[in-house]
Amino acid sequence: MGTCRGEFFLGELILSRLQFGVTTSYHFLFVPLTLGLSILVAIMETLYVKSGNTIYKQMTKFWGTLFLINFAMGVVTGIVQEFQFGMNWSEYSRFMGDIFGAPLAIEALLAFFIESTFLGLWFFGWDKMPKKLHCLCIWLVAIAANVSALWILIANSFMQEPVGYTLRNGRVEMVDFLAVITNKHVFFQFPHTVLSGFTTAAMFVLGISAYYLAKGKYAEIARRSIKIALIFGTISIIGVIGVGHFQGMHVSVTQPMKMAAAEAHWHTEQSAGLNLFAIADNDKKTNTFEIRIPGLLSFMSFGTFNAEVKGINDLQKDYVAKYGEGNYIPPVTSLFWAFRIMVGLGFLLALIFLLGDYLYKTKKLENTTWFLKLLPWMIPLPYIANITGWYLTETGRQPWIVYGLQKTAAGLSTNITSAYVWTTLIGATLLYGILAVIDFVIMKKRLKTVRWRKEIIVPPMMERRRDPYGPEYSMVYPDCCSFYWVLLS
Amino acid sequence: MDRRMVINTIGPVWDGNEVWLITAGGAMFAAFPNWYATLFSGFYLALALILGALILRGVFFEFRSVYPSGRWRTNWDRVMFGACLINAVLWGVAVTNLLRGVPINEKMQYVGTFFDLLSPYTLVGGLTTLCVFTLHGALYLTMRTSGELVDRAWNIAKPVSIAALIVLVVLAIMTYLETDLFTSVAATVALFFSAAAMMVTVLFTYLKAKGKAFATSGLTIVFLVSAVFLGLFPRVMVSSLNPAWSLTIYNASSSAYTLKIMTIVALTLVPIVLAYQIWSYWVFRKRVTAKDVYY
Repeated sequence: MGTCRGEFFLGELILSRLQFGVTTSYHFLFVPLTLGLSILVAIMETLYVKSGNTIYKQMTKFWGTLFLINFAMGVVTGIVQEFQFGMNWSEYSRFMGDIFGAPLAIEALLAFFIESTFLGLWFFGWDKMPKKLHCLCIWLVAIAANVSALWILIANSFMQEPVGYTLRNGRVEMVDFLAVITNKHVFFQFPHTVLSGFTTAAMFVLGISAYYLAKGKYAEIARRSIKIALIFGTISIIGVIGVGHFQGMHVSVTQPMKMAAAEAHWHTEQSAGLNLFAIADNDKKTNTFEIRIPGLLSFMSFGTFNAEVKGINDLQKDYVAKYGEGNYIPPVTSLFWAFRIMVGLGFLLALIFLLGDYLYKTKKLENTTWFLKLLPWMIPLPYIANITGWYLTETGRQPWIVYGLQKTAAGLSTNITSAYVWTTLIGATLLYGILAVIDFVIMKKRLKTVRWRKEIIVPPMMERRRDPYGPEYSMVYPDCCSFYWVLLS
Repeated sequence: MDRRMVINTIGPVWDGNEVWLITAGGAMFAAFPNWYATLFSGFYLALALILGALILRGVFFEFRSVYPSGRWRTNWDRVMFGACLINAVLWGVAVTNLLRGVPINEKMQYVGTFFDLLSPYTLVGGLTTLCVFTLHGALYLTMRTSGELVDRAWNIAKPVSIAALIVLVVLAIMTYLETDLFTSVAATVALFFSAAAMMVTVLFTYLKAKGKAFATSGLTIVFLVSAVFLGLFPRVMVSSLNPAWSLTIYNASSSAYTLKIMTIVALTLVPIVLAYQIWSYWVFRKRVTAKDVYY
């Protein structure tokens, strides 16, 4: 067993990290959308219950169906996440179990049960309970989905900023539960993540609705969906950007190396400049080329233009003095660009929503065909921003798995071999890939073969949709999901 | 059509039920990190298989009916069959391995391979869970479906109940030979009750007593699981290399503080969860009929 460790192409450390990256990114294609879409669907059903207008009921079912498929994919890929800590990162699990396991278990008990049980009740229970109770079900799903995110982020925040613990028996032990759940990092990370999810869902609804509006299909559903998505999205994206700024300031203090790397800021400076563009040289520990705005980094990090911002090189010295010999510099180039992509897309999305608001307000939206045609292609943007954001958070923390307490290499299972990890990495990638392809192929074929009939959206047909997996389901579902996959794939 | 009805009997609840599995994983992580770490890293490939099967099982519900061709559905039905088969067998294999003992060294590290998990005893364990779960499913269908399907479910349940009884007895005998379970009085009693419940299930199955048969087959599973963990107590994973290296509830657990927090959380939340899950079953209590399936 021991002999083949690390000899099979790549070491099990790199492979395990790669596997975690691949499976987590895939998982996180589904999660953010469900965080926001659940709320949007709940809003639509509330409008239905309040107004009694069946168009809102159709909207609810229409988007609810899309929510369901994403939720299911989120669930099944989420189990992989939970198992992986024990499978590939068992030393991390031993070291962290006392703190890390509790939020995960509480997440399941407090949120996940509500989410899945009430989603089943909601989806299959249209004619089995009073309207208001049915509407309450989807609100419970929406709230639970976001509470679920809270507990996962509480767990993640400990890895970024350990609090409320003591080192005992060779592991971290919890001494203050309240401190763990009120970790300062959560106060930035939770709203930032959840609002990003809201933005993702708003863009998703906006993009698909715009496509329909441009084609003149489902116009009534599309128009109303666009209104809701625009309001929801505008508030969310402004929130994301605002919270993101303060999160950056917070991380500059608690994990200075992460921010320095994300800014490709090598040398300590008073009144430090912000690099708009930089080519980092990891060997020479400096940038070979940079375009910078003087003083702005100091302002962004600490709120004043004169503040001193420590550079990567000095931080490395500090870390060596504190934690012993080692390389504490995460991969600068990729972090620098991940950060820029995330922030750039954030502003681009804000622009899209504001432009949409303006066109909607001035009643020009339906005639601005280029904008309607452009919107579906904007659906991937929040997804890319979400993934690059997590890349920044997790890779920026390296070489630590738990900041300042355990290095990633020390968290790896000692009894798995490269061959094992290759097997699961290839298996997971294949399986996930096949699922994506299957989705893609069905949609394409269905789009070609389905004759679009008006009846699909007229009420009587919808009312008869008792069996959610029946033929009508399959008509609505592939049509919408296709964009999702066409754009993602 | 028949298959559609079968799927609809669990459609609204499978997801909520799967969360119990996720909760079990989370609770194990929180309460016994060392058990979680040793088990999951040690049974690496077996768990990878289970995960793959669970994923396919989950997407089955979403993908099956999307595409209208008969072959597409048939193939997904096959995938579902395979995924459930793997799951049903591997859970039995995994649990019997805890009892029989696996190579764990003094550092709580599993030092065997995937094939060390397969032995005649553990395979019989897998066969037992397969038969017992299949029977349980068939008996569930006798309660939840309608028409001709009910008869078909009974016809499947009958031979399976006999098979389940036989493998359960074989498993008990092999447990006596391979493990120290019978040194625990409580575990012995539980195992005896499990076998007794199985016998009653066979009887009820042949009498076509629908609710009763399902209840007793449920009891069989409860007693079987109790027998395993009572037999293990206070261990959670037996080391086949040295009894002193076994994982116990003492050396595998979290700190007292975390356990206290988790106990408070569990005692508060589990009753609430149970309440709304029971309500969910109540809402969907009606039998699934052909009228519920539109084609």
